[in-house]
Amino acid sequence: MSDIAAHAPGKQLDLVHRPMPPVGGIGMASMALIVAGGIYLAANLPHRVSLAPAVGLLVAAVVLLGVNVVLLSRLREFAWNRFFMVAGRMLLAYIVIAGMIEYVFVYDHTPGRVLVVMSLMLATFAIDIPMILGFTVARYQEPHGRASA
Amino acid sequence: MADVVQGVVSAPPSSPPVAAPRPTVTIVPTRGLPIVAAVVILLIVSIHGNWLWALDFFHVAGGALWTAIDLFVGLIIGPIIGRLSIPARMEFSIRFMPKMVLLMPTLVTMTLGSGWQLARHLGNLNAGFAQHGWLVASYIIVGVMAVIALGLLEPANIAVLFELRKEHPNGELIGKLMKRFVYTAGITGMMQVATIVIMTKLTTA
Repeated sequence: MSDIAAHAPGKQLDLVHRPMPPVGGIGMASMALIVAGGIYLAANLPHRVSLAPAVGLLVAAVVLLGVNVVLLSRLREFAWNRFFMVAGRMLLAYIVIAGMIEYVFVYDHTPGRVLVVMSLMLATFAIDIPMILGFTVARYQEPHGRASA
Repeated sequence: MADVVQGVVSAPPSSPPVAAPRPTVTIVPTRGLPIVAAVVILLIVSIHGNWLWALDFFHVAGGALWTAIDLFVGLIIGPIIGRLSIPARMEFSIRFMPKMVLLMPTLVTMTLGSGWQLARHLGNLNAGFAQHGWLVASYIIVGVMAVIALGLLEPANIAVLFELRKEHPNGELIGKLMKRFVYTAGITGMMQVATIVIMTKLTTA
């Protein structure tokens, strides 16, 4: 990543091959943990089961989300305007989708503690996706202020 | 695909990869948004009203379209795109990819939302259901598909559209992203077939 930061201004960037942190892969791992937690809870309905495995998976997913935030914050030459534009719009779309899923949880009378865990999982999932999308688009875009390739 | 990519890479830096005028690239086709909104509203109404026939319709129609489109794109369209020239591939992508941005998430929401409610009404979600193991297997398949689709397929789709909007799109990048899009569509399509096998087993059990 340091070579990105040290890139000489004015020199044309190789947008396709330049090294980038594994934000996409980490985001997918975070999503996979959320999905695993969701499957665990859904597979045991309507029985009361220990929430510990689901909470553990949720915590791990949030940690990975945090790692992604840190990795992104360390990027210097990056098309942040494009990242926020794509991630913002996707977040809006996923708030609508997550809202619909949340409605189904409430409508189905999901018990309180399970509802809290599922809602937090949903929130993490709804942040992971716009982050991956925004990153995938922005990594191939010219950073703001640079001449177009 | 590699020979086409090679052609672009070896071109002199001053010459643009595409000389022919390209149509305007739209990321989200706004004309399709009312249709998406109508489908989502109908789905919510069906869930709220406990309309079993409508939930069944959404689940079967959505699942069939989702599977068919994934398989068609992955196994039929994909190899054809791979053999097209870069300008032809770009022109196809400009017209094809925006439609996928709206179509696929709508079909997925339709299928999964209605499927969950349908299973709840029919008592299939209950851990005591005789075929519950099969249902859990379908959760796992759908979960893996969701991670692949949202983590690889959809970002590739959007990134291609943004690349195509550039004055001089990079043919190598478009080739790379389209390959990812087509392969993941094929993989999710094949996983969908496994889901259909499970669903038919559940309905005939």
